[in-house]
Amino acid sequence: MEIRAKESGGRLTLYFSGELDHHAAKEVMRRAEDLLDRYMPLDCTLELSGLSFMDSSGVAVILRLYKRLLNTGGRIWLENPQEQPLRVLDISGIERLVKITTTAKERGR
Amino acid sequence: MNSRNYIKIELPSRSVNEGIARAAIACFAAQLDPTLEELGDIKTAVSEAVTNAIVHAYPDSIGRICLRGRIMTSGELEISVRDWGKGMEDVEKARTPLFTTGGPERSGMGFTIMESFMDKLRVRSKPGKGTTVVMRRTLEKRRED
Repeated sequence: MEIRAKESGGRLTLYFSGELDHHAAKEVMRRAEDLLDRYMPLDCTLELSGLSFMDSSGVAVILRLYKRLLNTGGRIWLENPQEQPLRVLDISGIERLVKITTTAKERGR
Repeated sequence: MNSRNYIKIELPSRSVNEGIARAAIACFAAQLDPTLEELGDIKTAVSEAVTNAIVHAYPDSIGRICLRGRIMTSGELEISVRDWGKGMEDVEKARTPLFTTGGPERSGMGFTIMESFMDKLRVRSKPGKGTTVVMRRTLEKRRED
């Protein structure tokens, strides 16, 4: 599991790739929180197109980042999840709190 | 045994084995020619069951986990995850959505996901003896044309 970061105009994009399970979750959490400390973004996008697998541990990671940004008045949303992570996200009901978007290009596939 | 084929793997309860367990079951399930969605569902359910054993059955030690896959004569896929760890007093409570005794990297969604992604789920547990989770899923017949 890898995270790359890109910042522009107060908005941080974190690119997740690989598999996000309980084994990866602690390290991902630590890395993501370090990046939030460093960039202090207003808003944060998690770009998930490279994430090939995610289970409920991934939901816990996203919820924690959501709460963390909420505390500083920021927002978080998810972009371009693949089919398997999307099914987990759907069942978790996280969309009531965190918006999931798909770019036009992806939608056309 | 009432099965066409089976696989049995024993793993120590180390978190690195979560990925190995779901990859092994995905490999075994491939002979049923599952769709990508079915394979994703099965891998997710296995991941949740094995993670539960690692986190809850053996919180302070490394113990044994037995993972089995079985293709029944009906064509159904059965997966079981067994441990000899702590066990649970109240299985129904553990199955309640969002209930968790796990750390901040758990969401309390594990059983909900197993229930949603598999057709049948049975959990047997005894405090001090261990837990067995058995899940079944019928895979759609692919059109052969």
